[in-house]
Amino acid sequence: MRDFISDRVKTLQPSGIRRFFDIVSEMKDAISLGVGEPDFDTPWHIRDEGIYSLEKGKTFYTSNSGLLELRKEIAGYLDRKQGLQYDPRNETLITVGGSEAIDLACRAILNSGDEVIIPQPSYVSYEPCTIMAGGKSVILSLKEENEFRLQPEELEEHISEKTKLLILPYPNNPTGAIMEREDLLKVAEVVKKHDLFVLSDEIYSELSYREPHVSIASLPGMKERTILINGFSKAYAMTGWRLGYACGPAEIIKQMTKLHQYCIMCAPTTSQYAAIEALKHGDRDVEEMRSAYNERRRFLMNEFEEMGLSCFEPYGAFYVFPRIKEFGMTSEDFCQTLLNEEKVAVVPGTAFGESGEGFVRISYAYSIKNLKTALSRIKAFLKRRERH
Amino acid sequence: MDQNEKRMRILKAIEHDAKVDLKELSVRLDIPETEIVNEMSLMEQEGLICGYLTLIDWDRTDSQTVTALIEVRCTPQRGQGFDTIAERIYKYPEVNSVYLISGGFDLLVTLEGKTLKEISTFVRDKLSVQESILSCATHFILQKYKDHGTILSRKFEDERMPITL
Repeated sequence: MRDFISDRVKTLQPSGIRRFFDIVSEMKDAISLGVGEPDFDTPWHIRDEGIYSLEKGKTFYTSNSGLLELRKEIAGYLDRKQGLQYDPRNETLITVGGSEAIDLACRAILNSGDEVIIPQPSYVSYEPCTIMAGGKSVILSLKEENEFRLQPEELEEHISEKTKLLILPYPNNPTGAIMEREDLLKVAEVVKKHDLFVLSDEIYSELSYREPHVSIASLPGMKERTILINGFSKAYAMTGWRLGYACGPAEIIKQMTKLHQYCIMCAPTTSQYAAIEALKHGDRDVEEMRSAYNERRRFLMNEFEEMGLSCFEPYGAFYVFPRIKEFGMTSEDFCQTLLNEEKVAVVPGTAFGESGEGFVRISYAYSIKNLKTALSRIKAFLKRRERH
Repeated sequence: MDQNEKRMRILKAIEHDAKVDLKELSVRLDIPETEIVNEMSLMEQEGLICGYLTLIDWDRTDSQTVTALIEVRCTPQRGQGFDTIAERIYKYPEVNSVYLISGGFDLLVTLEGKTLKEISTFVRDKLSVQESILSCATHFILQKYKDHGTILSRKFEDERMPITL
């Protein structure tokens, strides 16, 4: 029989995180600090609206772009939070999670051979989406000394005449790094100078602990060259509802909508009704969750300091990214040994790109009680290790 | 963070966990530990913090006791309103709480952890004989689902599955 598998798909690597957690789920009494989703339940009033929509018989497709009422709420939200004005009719698309929007944007923008600059460590899907869209990924290794923020000089170095798109993943998974207004302004200058387009993945935008998140799209001259991607999973603890959105120039949204209608039709109807409620009445929930995450973040950083684990202070998302280089192990070995000896699961930094070597990702989407137990085990583990 | 905000943060944290380690709380709230200790004792003096209780699910113990909610209708007194009658009721040690209520009745009185006999004796001999009390309606709690913001008898299980992110 012929080999029926596409060559392009074969080049994609399976995700390193998944493999690791298959082992964890088999292990009894293992404590995981690996999960990248909120530990909170979706607030009840949001769930209730979803249920109510089912009771009312809202079980049909919505329009391809999503419910207009939801798109209006999103436009209102972005105006309120970022001072950004998007037309809900032709500059907004509701997608199945932020992930779908990333894929659509890559396919709508890239021609074969176009280069995409992907700062790493970062979320695992940018590179596969680029490759499947026929683009060529150019990896930019972010540095700990810059708190994993993207520097304009680094960006300049990676630009060629084929560069078309920059992925901007902030607040960042896995490092917890953020980009503040001043950082973004410098990057925006380079982007405009080289006539690039930006895919700004802002899924963690509500989880920013110092200053409110700033979108690069809100900077002068950037709205027309940015596709803003966000969603409901992280802000409202709605991961299982699979709902995200993209906002950007009408011409790009139009092309994305075309792809979306052929492969997805429309995002889940129940989720869309629930999301309207989230945007209308969910501010307090977001505030409460953010403040709980922030307490845990401060708690973790303090514990790390006490056990001599060095870590830059991250101000976003719900991850910390401590350095483990001085223990003389690769990230993967460190995680495997920690799991074997103390039954604590954290994710090797290398799961998010080679530049994650020497680091591990620890999620604080766990209760303080859980974090405490895990940290005391990590502490015991580190005590037995020699530092180099 | 001004003093008021600090107080609110402390109160919010200890409302649901009076046993929290203050050193840990200091880290979580970004308020020095000495200041937390200070503020707490000040708030105790000022009566903002009235006590530290334990939330117990008595249904899970062997206790055979019940909790009663009593709706009391009474005549307010000139110049005193309901204060005097409320005081006469809350001074009984077996009474857990007394609230002045708007609507169909005036005072809501709760008695917790008592036997049926203790409650009936109290209502018959002490409460209903008060001069300004017009009527009492006693309700017994059959099951507590949620108390003080905590859902009782719920086991927490992490249902999140392994996924690539």
